[in-house]
Amino acid sequence: MQDARDLKEYRAELREALENDFLRQAMDKFALAYPVGRAKAFTGMDPEACIRDVVKAKDASIARLDELYEEFKKNAEAAGVVVHLAKTAAEANTIIGRIAIDNQVKKIVKSKSMTAEETHLNRHLEALGLEVTETDLGEWIIQLRREGPTHMVMPAIHLSRYQVADLFSEVAKQKQDADIDKLVKVARRELRRKFAEADMGISGANFAIAETGTIGIVTNEGNGRLVTTLPRVHVALVGLDKLTPSFHDALTVLKVLPRNATGQAFTSYFTCITGASACGSAPDGKKKMHIVFLDNGRRGMAKDPLFSEVLRCIRCGACANVCPVYRMVGGHKYGHVYIGAIGLILTYFFHGRDKAKNLVQNCINCGACKAVCASGIDLPRLIKEIHSRIQDEEGHPLSSTLLAATLKNRKLFHGLLRAARFAQRPATGGTPYLRHLPMLFSKDQGFRALPAIAAKPFRDMWKDLKPTARNPRLKVALFAGCALDFVYPEQLAAAIEVLAGRDIEVDFPMDQSCCGLPLQMMGEKDASRSVALQNLTALDPGTYDYVLTLCASCASHIKHSYPQILEGAGGAAVKVQSLADRVIDFSSFVRDVLCLTAEDFEAGAGRTIAYHAPCHLCRGLGVTEQPRALLKTSGYDYAPGAEEDVCCGFGGTFSMKFPELSAALLEKKLDTVEATGATLLATDCPGCVMQLRGGAEKRGGKIEVKHIAEVLAARVKGR
Amino acid sequence: MQDTRELARLMQEKAELVSAKVSTVAKIEDAFNYAADLCATKDACQLLFAGCASPLSSPAEELCETKAPERIIAAPGLDPELFEQFAAVCEKQGISLLSHGLRQKLAGIDIGFTIADYGVAATGSLVQSSNDEELRLATMISEFHVAVLPISKIRATSFDVEEALRGWAKDAPAYTSFITGASRTADIERVLAIGVHGPLELHILLLEDAPCKTHEI
Repeated sequence: MQDARDLKEYRAELREALENDFLRQAMDKFALAYPVGRAKAFTGMDPEACIRDVVKAKDASIARLDELYEEFKKNAEAAGVVVHLAKTAAEANTIIGRIAIDNQVKKIVKSKSMTAEETHLNRHLEALGLEVTETDLGEWIIQLRREGPTHMVMPAIHLSRYQVADLFSEVAKQKQDADIDKLVKVARRELRRKFAEADMGISGANFAIAETGTIGIVTNEGNGRLVTTLPRVHVALVGLDKLTPSFHDALTVLKVLPRNATGQAFTSYFTCITGASACGSAPDGKKKMHIVFLDNGRRGMAKDPLFSEVLRCIRCGACANVCPVYRMVGGHKYGHVYIGAIGLILTYFFHGRDKAKNLVQNCINCGACKAVCASGIDLPRLIKEIHSRIQDEEGHPLSSTLLAATLKNRKLFHGLLRAARFAQRPATGGTPYLRHLPMLFSKDQGFRALPAIAAKPFRDMWKDLKPTARNPRLKVALFAGCALDFVYPEQLAAAIEVLAGRDIEVDFPMDQSCCGLPLQMMGEKDASRSVALQNLTALDPGTYDYVLTLCASCASHIKHSYPQILEGAGGAAVKVQSLADRVIDFSSFVRDVLCLTAEDFEAGAGRTIAYHAPCHLCRGLGVTEQPRALLKTSGYDYAPGAEEDVCCGFGGTFSMKFPELSAALLEKKLDTVEATGATLLATDCPGCVMQLRGGAEKRGGKIEVKHIAEVLAARVKGR
Repeated sequence: MQDTRELARLMQEKAELVSAKVSTVAKIEDAFNYAADLCATKDACQLLFAGCASPLSSPAEELCETKAPERIIAAPGLDPELFEQFAAVCEKQGISLLSHGLRQKLAGIDIGFTIADYGVAATGSLVQSSNDEELRLATMISEFHVAVLPISKIRATSFDVEEALRGWAKDAPAYTSFITGASRTADIERVLAIGVHGPLELHILLLEDAPCKTHEI
């Protein structure tokens, strides 16, 4: 639940969550176990292909939501069901409350429904004097605690067996052992009585199958079957997004849903209910069945060109499972009712700007959610889009507006960076780190040493470094990005050493500017578009075979976001795709284009080296093999570490906004690096270098952190 | 179409992965004997090992106490002739065989005995059309669920039963369940626990011949 009024309050809540040792341990265990279980469940299958099938099926349904609703209604009504359509959450609650009263209901049992959480249905029914009992074990636990779920599939993942034992002791008024098997059986027997007494059952549905008017419910515990069988009245509350034309589409989604959610090939139960069946507890022997469809903004969303894909979500919860931030703080702080990456988005639409405004800033943009999403939703992009919308609606904060104004004007921006070199002098003490941070940035940034601005930016070094190519076979534009140009020019110089003497003509277009990713992260869409256009002009794609960059973040931003950002920008839209197609990262260029082999490197064994896979390289660009292969080719003793592809915690502006989270992620990352025994760490992104080197320096400098261009340059044979 | 033997093998492998107990029986009579033997040898109340010892609130305890001391198997939906045969087997072991009245047994019965309509080998799932409330309850409130699955009814994937699902639904009302392993939860500390609301064990008896009545689509 989100109650924080501003970012400051939200950050205080986050700090509190970070101090919850049980939560941290539980989340870590889960984060490690989930990818293994998921991979196992997809063994022998092509998950990407399965996901593409889901996307196709869901997109087709979303495009004809109204039509499917009419078809469903006709078929369900023919089978004796009353079908309702509620425009808002309040309307849905009112309809369900009225059904209860009209049928003289006193006691209600419920099976798990995120849609009912969305409408806060229990609150409404309880206010009407009805007794409502959640029967999914996790939901019952959180109901007893009067709190919301912290995970869509495992709502009580934040609680320990001891807390559950205390809770059940209160319920049974008998002391309970903290033994999970026993606690589960206590719940079974306590809840069985509730089933026996209930007059009405409320369920959700995973599918509303239009061709037959059938609802499909996916469960593991079996409570859903009791809820829909024993009481004389059954109400299903279903989001309109669950409409699907056919059993075929439902089965297509089911191929992915349990595997992606819990690493199960199939859940224990999948129940298909069509029509009001015979019911022994009904006076006339026939069940009263109602299906309440919830709109609550879904029909509008379905028509939105950008946000319609949100409705593809099948509520598997995987986006939370892999989110490094969720892992740190848990669901109560990483969502309102819906949690995880999709929760950040849904909160804005279902529960309002006020609940979403802090949340949407808390995305580190690592892309882990997008890579695992069962329905291929571009979650990081949509989160940023909402952040930008909220800023447009509520006004942009001064820091963000200033950043936007500065970055839009390359000369001003670069001038400021040059000026900063002089301003920082008292703070560096002559070292490459800022020893005493200027006031603006100092707060909470002490967890890592921040680098100083270089004495001479790369652009001023270029004319001396430009390699000569007598018979150029390729023409390459070097895109530096701010960090390399002004902070780490030596990394670019190292890259030049590797490229030199290989018949490659390298250019450094001087009008290039910041790629614009920080602006996107800050929700400054207009400025981000403006710098994208500047770079498009500077890096004229017609002139070059490749646009080479050593920054994975710049590369993935230009490659994937520019075409979206400049969509509909007339001629630019055509050109931008051509630019995107030419963008290549350094490791891929060296491995796949230059095709360097062991022959090109010094003989003899190199140092033991660990590797950190930048988010924007391994997921953003899908490059995983090349850097690791290069480390081996160049003679290093590569020592693979755990969770190499988990974010280092940098996230650009994220680390400035949420230093405590950034520090916690960095801590974890450096622990895994230290565990490899290597004292040298390579990575492909200057942002990661900044974060990791700064953290390693704070830890006493045992680990040397280098860009992969530097470690390759150290062993490449001169030409 | 995959070879029937191969499908049965895969069905067994996948069902065992979700801790179902799978055996092969030559005739339906063997299935009756299997269920009766299982009922006779199981603990009187399977919850004992994990739960009955734990104290409950008094209303929950009251429901629990309605559980009859006798051993009960419910086999609703069985062909009357077969039911008679099965009842005779049960009687020898002092077990009551019920075909209906399960709403009066919500505290639990020992075994629910059903004949599945289909098996889905890819996931080890049973498909049970259970529009009859008694049949449905037998698979929900029993401590063990024993399901007979004619080998000829095993299909490779869920898409191979799609037509059947549609057929049942068109003939509404319809209540169809895929059952894969026993009832389970991992809601406390992500530790897997079996038998939260439904059966604690699922036994699948792969039947060599298929004389029993199942839905034909």
